[in-house]
Order: sequence, then structure tokens, then C-alpha cells
Amino acid sequence: MLIDKRRSRAQKEESTIKRYLTTILLSLFLLILSVWSLFIGVIDLELSTLLNGNLEQLKIFLVSRLPRLLAILCTGVGMSVAGLIMQQLCRNKFVSPTTGATISSAQFGILLALLFMPNSTLWGRALFAFAAAILGTWIFVWFIQRIRFKDVIMVPLVGIMFGNVIGGITNYLAYQYEMTQALSTWLVGHFSLVVRGRFELVYLIVPLVILAFLFANHFNIVGMGKDFSKNLGVPYNLVLFAGLSIAAMITASVVVIVGSISYIGLIVPNLVAMFKGDRIRGTLVDTALFGAIFVLACDMLARVVIAPYELPIELIVGILGSILFVGLLLYRLRRGNKAIRLGSAHSGGCAAAVSQVEGGDGA
Amino acid sequence: MKVQQLTKQYDGKAVVDGVTFEIPKGKVLSLIGPNGAGKSTVMGMISRLIARDAGLVDFDGRDIAKWKSKELSKRLAILTQSNQIQMKLTVRELVAFGRFPYSAGRNTPEDETIIDQAISYMELEPFQDRFIDELSGGQRQRAMIAMVIAQDTEYILLDEPTNNLDIYHATNMMKIVRRLCDELGKTVILVLHEINYAAFYSDYICAFRDGKIAKFGTVKEVMTREVLSQIYQVDFEIMEIEGKPLSIYY
Repeated sequence: MLIDKRRSRAQKEESTIKRYLTTILLSLFLLILSVWSLFIGVIDLELSTLLNGNLEQLKIFLVSRLPRLLAILCTGVGMSVAGLIMQQLCRNKFVSPTTGATISSAQFGILLALLFMPNSTLWGRALFAFAAAILGTWIFVWFIQRIRFKDVIMVPLVGIMFGNVIGGITNYLAYQYEMTQALSTWLVGHFSLVVRGRFELVYLIVPLVILAFLFANHFNIVGMGKDFSKNLGVPYNLVLFAGLSIAAMITASVVVIVGSISYIGLIVPNLVAMFKGDRIRGTLVDTALFGAIFVLACDMLARVVIAPYELPIELIVGILGSILFVGLLLYRLRRGNKAIRLGSAHSGGCAAAVSQVEGGDGA
Repeated sequence: MKVQQLTKQYDGKAVVDGVTFEIPKGKVLSLIGPNGAGKSTVMGMISRLIARDAGLVDFDGRDIAKWKSKELSKRLAILTQSNQIQMKLTVRELVAFGRFPYSAGRNTPEDETIIDQAISYMELEPFQDRFIDELSGGQRQRAMIAMVIAQDTEYILLDEPTNNLDIYHATNMMKIVRRLCDELGKTVILVLHEINYAAFYSDYICAFRDGKIAKFGTVKEVMTREVLSQIYQVDFEIMEIEGKPLSIYY
């Protein structure tokens, strides 16, 4: 008995270390990557001259490089967390800001702001984007709850269609009022315009992500269905729409500052869930870190490929993302809904077989 | 807990029509009846999952609709068939959600102890770190029950708990139901299709037909040829096994 207890305690300690191991590794990797990224760019920055107080270099560092890094980190964290929330709440692994019409709604909001308040500030535009993104996401979720598709693939398809309809209207209006030029900034995401004074809005993501972390358990419970949440006394509709609003606001903040960045909200949460499961409290930090790493790596690539020029990050993310997305799609389709099982439960197949046998005489 | 003149209509058609009965405390009550007789709807209304059109559900002297959902979730738990969990949660994580009404997700050491007890009561220790979608149907069902035990409510409502289980696991499920009542003192209300499970494992049976109560009583009172053939419209024979009336239908 005593030995048993001791062993279980040792196991517990081991599993605690194991649980945080990925988080620690991801943080370290992100830190290294972040520092490295600060020294990539058209003008060569040297650590030694920077420390010696070279004003010119310090200025570049503070006005351009650092803001850019912070914006990238916020974008990566925000988009992947928004995707995680949306997937949980909609009970569908393929829903994300891209496939849930959130991004296109936010863009529509920006266009409306440009049309009706030509002199609007960044905050004014953000307000329009928030409202439109929240509304668009609500309509989409209301719609998919109404229809109840049998096939999980139908939901993102409908979302993409819905997003394209909104995008079509946006484009039409932009043509009508000769706004295409102005709008293009928000259609393709890029970080090259992020400098001090133009990006601070993206910090809004920080409190929103913290809020998401605090309500992680609520989101999990709502993700298990209406009856399940009611049984535990969780107000289903309130949490559902509050959660969607948080995800939409995060997305809108990103769209206003850097433009549309697709796929991150789709791929990052799925990849992390493969290893860490679906409990949001357990995956949120890793999802956020991995999202930041993904965006940062893509941005560094975008800066290096055709240096001294740079590609819009949307291009790199789009290429990498669509390849990963197709892979994910095929993997899910081939292995059914409970497919994703790597890492933690390595011996998935035979574990299930063993459990069947154990269940046989253990019950 | 009392139910009075409970009524529910869908598209103008009454699925539940003036149902009145009292739930005996600390007993196992099974709701039986043919498809569409309204038993699941009654259970939904008792558990506040379905809104009623008329009537009253009196829980501890207060209308169930007037209870705060969170307070109620400490007193009454319900598992429905829609609880098909597709999420990658471990058994322990699922059971821990049973403590949510008390701790709102920040479990204290006491909560953890209760979770441990619930897991060991359902003999799930070997699987507690396994993902639910890796378990067999019977184990998954036991994990759900463990969650309800952790929820620590006086009333437990189970909507067709033996559904999709083979004979072995279904029988085990019914034995668990009996233990919930006998050992833990819970009031258990079940919707069952298999009448012999209802006869063997419950104390009372409430039989429905066409949205109305056809017969409410002890197992012996309900399990008669006349009552059953009238409800199900097929021929029945009743046999006594281990002092319990079991039915044969053909």
C-alpha cells in the first residue's frame, strides 16, 4: 500500500514534469527565435554597437524591430487562441477565424469605417471591425446550429462560402467607391507597416487571451454540448456567444493592424491538440506559444527569401498553411473523428485493444 | 420531488399530457413505455433541460424553473444520450468537471479527493489518464457515471443508460445504478427500453403510453400481464425469478 502510494506520487511528479516540458521547450525556442528575429532586416544591427549606445541603431531597434516582433507575437498568440476557442465552442475541428467568416467580416467592418468615416482613426476603424466580426461570427454559428450538418466537413465549407459572400460584397463596395487601393492593406496580411505608434492596438489581444484562459473550463463544458453544460449549471448560450465574441475581437484586432492572416487559427490548435488533448486549460498556453513561433518563423522567412525586399507574410503562411491543412484534412478523413493521436498516447491502437480486454474482467 | 399536470406540445400535438406523479426519495424509479410515449420528454422537463408548456415540477418545495441552474446542479444531475463526447479529454479531466458547480474549475484538494473517490468507485483508476475516445463504450459510460458521482447530487437522472451497450455492459450498468441507490443513497430515475432491467433493478416503475401515465407503482404492481400488454400491445407472460417478476414477450 505504502509502496503503491510512493510509486503513484513519483509517477505524479514525473507526469507534472512531462506536462510542462513542452511548454518550457516552446518558450525557450520562442525566446531564441525572438532575439534572432530582432537582428534580421535590411539594415544590419549589431548587438555590440547597440549596447554601445549607437543612437541610429537604437532608433531602428525601438521604432521598427521591437514593435514588429511584439506585433508578430500578439498575432500568433491571438489567432491561434481565437481558433482554439472557436473550434471548442462549435464542436468542430475545422472552424477557425478563416473558415468561420470572422476575418472577412472584420474586413467588411473596416471598409464600412472607410466609407462612412473617411477620417476615422485606427480606433474608430477597430470599433467597426469588432462589431462586424462579432456579428458575422454570431450569424455563422447561429446558422450552423440551425442546420445541424451531419458531415463535419460541411461546417467549414459553409463558413468559407459565407466568408466569400461577405468578401464579395466588400470587394463590390470597394470598387464602387474606388477604395480597392486603400482596402488592399487589410486584405493581405503583412508586418512591414508595423512601426511604433501604429500597432499598439494589437495589445488588446493580451487581456482578451487572459480572459479566454480564465473562462477555459466554461468553454470546454459548452463544447461538450447543451445538455452537458446545463447539467453542470453553465449558461450555454451566454458562454457560447461571449466566447465567440472574444475570438472575434481578437481576430479583428489582428486584421486591423496587420491584415488577414489565414490558417493559423486552424492549424495551430489542431496540431497542439494532437499531442496535448482538448482540455483548454492544458493546451491554451502551448497553443499560444506555438502560434507565436509559427508566425514568427514565417515572418523571418518572408524577410529573408527575397532580401532586401520582403514578401507579405500572408503568402508564406498561406503556402505552408494550405499544405498542412490538406494533410490534416486527409489524416482526419482517413482515421475518422478520433484520429488525432500521436505523442502522449503513442500506442493508441494497441492501448485500445488492451483496454477492451481489461474492461472485460475489470468491470 | 413532485410532478403535477406536466404537459408538453410539439406542433400542437401533446407529447406529454397532464402527467402527475411523485418521485420516491432514495429509490430507483424507471420510466418505461413504447417509443414516443413521452418518457424522455418527461425526464427532460424534470431536469430543466426541456421547457414545459404547462404544469409544475416541484423540487424541494420550489418550482424547478425558479431554481438557479448552478444551485440545482449541486442537487440534481442528468446524463442524456446526447452526451456523445468527441473531445480528447482524459477520464480524470472529465470526472473533474463534475466538481464544476462547486469550484468553477479551481478544484481544491477536497475536490480532488472526491474526484479520486468517484474514479475508484467506478473502478476506473487504470484508465484515469487515458483519453475517453480510446475507451470502450462500457468504460466511457462508467466515466460519465463517475462524473455524476463527483457532482455529488441527491438525484441522478439517466436517459437510457444501457443504450448501445452489450448485455454484459448493460447489466453492469444496471448493477451500478442499484449501488448508487443502495450504497450512496441516491434517488435514481431512469428511462429504460428493456423492461426486464426495469423490473429487476428498480423499486418503482412508471409506465407511459401516448403521453399519459398508464400505470405508476411498485415493480410488482406494474409488471403484470394486463398492464404490460395494454401498454405495449403485445402478448406478455410474467415469470418470477429470484422473487422478481420478469416478462417474456413475443
